[in-house]
Amino acid sequence: MIKPISKKRKAYGITMKAITYLAVGIVCALVIGIVAYVLVRGLPHVTWELLSTSPSYLNDTIGILPDIMSTLYLVVATLIIVLPIGVGAAIYLTEYAKNKRVVELIELASETLSGIPSIIYGLVGMLIFCQFLGLKTSIIAGALTLVIMNLPTIIRTTQESLKTVPQSYREGAFALGAGKWRVIRTVVLPSSIDGIVTGCILSIGRILGESAALLFTAGFAHTLYGPIEGLTNPGASLTVALYVYAKEQGEFEVAFAIAAILMILTLIINFGASLAGKLFKRRVEK
Amino acid sequence: MADGAAKLKPESKSKKDIKNLVETIIHIIFLVLGLVAVGCVLVITIYLVISGIPAIREIGIIDFLFGTEWASTAADPKFGILPFILTSIYGTAGAIIIGVPIGFFAAVYLAKMAPPKVKSVINSAVGLLAGIPSVVYGLVGMLVLVPTIMKVFNVPDGSSLLAAIIVLAVMILPSVIKVSVTALESVPKEYEDASLALGATKTETYFRVSVPAAKSGIAAAVVLGVGRAIGEAMAVMMVAGNVANMPSLFESVRFLTTAVASEMSYSSGLQRQALFSIALVLFLFIMLINVLLNMLLKRQKEN
Repeated sequence: MIKPISKKRKAYGITMKAITYLAVGIVCALVIGIVAYVLVRGLPHVTWELLSTSPSYLNDTIGILPDIMSTLYLVVATLIIVLPIGVGAAIYLTEYAKNKRVVELIELASETLSGIPSIIYGLVGMLIFCQFLGLKTSIIAGALTLVIMNLPTIIRTTQESLKTVPQSYREGAFALGAGKWRVIRTVVLPSSIDGIVTGCILSIGRILGESAALLFTAGFAHTLYGPIEGLTNPGASLTVALYVYAKEQGEFEVAFAIAAILMILTLIINFGASLAGKLFKRRVEK
Repeated sequence: MADGAAKLKPESKSKKDIKNLVETIIHIIFLVLGLVAVGCVLVITIYLVISGIPAIREIGIIDFLFGTEWASTAADPKFGILPFILTSIYGTAGAIIIGVPIGFFAAVYLAKMAPPKVKSVINSAVGLLAGIPSVVYGLVGMLVLVPTIMKVFNVPDGSSLLAAIIVLAVMILPSVIKVSVTALESVPKEYEDASLALGATKTETYFRVSVPAAKSGIAAAVVLGVGRAIGEAMAVMMVAGNVANMPSLFESVRFLTTAVASEMSYSSGLQRQALFSIALVLFLFIMLINVLLNMLLKRQKEN
């Protein structure tokens, strides 16, 4: 005969389950609540005029085109610089490094970088890029700061994907007489491209959402520049513009419009990252 | 190919030398790229120490760390950062007290109870929560949370430590959930099977077997949450009111992060140097947390 479960144990089970469902309910409600609130309050104010003009004191209108362009420059400039460094570091870690100490040192450094808060990056970026290197407050100074912040992400995702490239590919290429660099260039890198793409998507997400590190490095100007002048001039990213409009100017409609745009971009990025992740997984299973 | 036959011949010595040289150069290039991360950590540390020390020296370490008054622009300036340190500690503790239980139970559900489809939906919801920019949290906090606190608790201004705690609690949820889920999922299935075979119910197994087995990982999740909360600047700046008071739940307060951010743009002289010193203190806190985090993650891996 199996004894039935005692009342006390039953109560324990029910309580724990109830708390668990409650917690999950809270998390889901938070996500839905925040996304819906931002979209409902923001989307009505996202007009073509807002997206396609610069702010004008004369007409007393606000446009966020300069902020969109600054954000775009930041993303592109950061990725162009961080990709070679991050992918290179990952290649070194998985393909070249024989000394375990060096690997541990680089990995520790990368982990440390990912733990440093963005306000510290902003401060150090200001000291090094804006002042010491004389770049002043500019998009390029902001981008260089973001490069350091995103380095760990690119290193980690590339490294993970390099590890899944089968050893036999490399051996096959070596057996055909290819040198190490050639093997990396023609065999290893092409088969790890999805990891690099995932890293890029994650980095773009981080760059779009970053604000504290940009406040003192890229500044908060709303002037429209072309890509070349844009780099050497200050410019507010969308996040910084949101902050300035909400906190300093009390323009909540514009702030919510920007928030809605950022929210949609976040949705796209998350979808893209999980799609890339799925493709990546499928290949590993093959 | 015309040179097909030539390729089979042993390569001439000079050609081989060149090839080796190229390979060595490329090796060195990759080594240098690998060391960039190490260089960054060193440069950041050195810069923070060099720029943070002078003000601490001038103010005196005791007066700086334990001074209860911050009046950087007064005629007789005071640079005591105890209010910021305590606010950061209380704020983080509050966020952990609210955020960790929710995150922990949600993680148990995701790792153990959820049907695969529900799990993937909630996982992407949590991912979304992690991806929302901190200024958006700040904005929602400013316009929803702050007025609510004002009404519910009948205080003159809702911008307060409580508002910051709630925003931080939401912001640390994704990190807490993700790391806890990973830890819970890596608990060997045999442990759970054994527990079930002994007659424990599923719920008992999850909470009395799986959770204790994953405790280092869950501890790591909490520590990661602490790191996130203590380092957050923008969202806090938008909801905490930003006055250098000693921490109190319904008063406007300033965190270590926001102390740096709020005065940086117009600071000069000793005031500016003192801001760097605050950043150094924050950095030391973060380093301590990082060391703890790495220890816990290592222990979890060993298990």
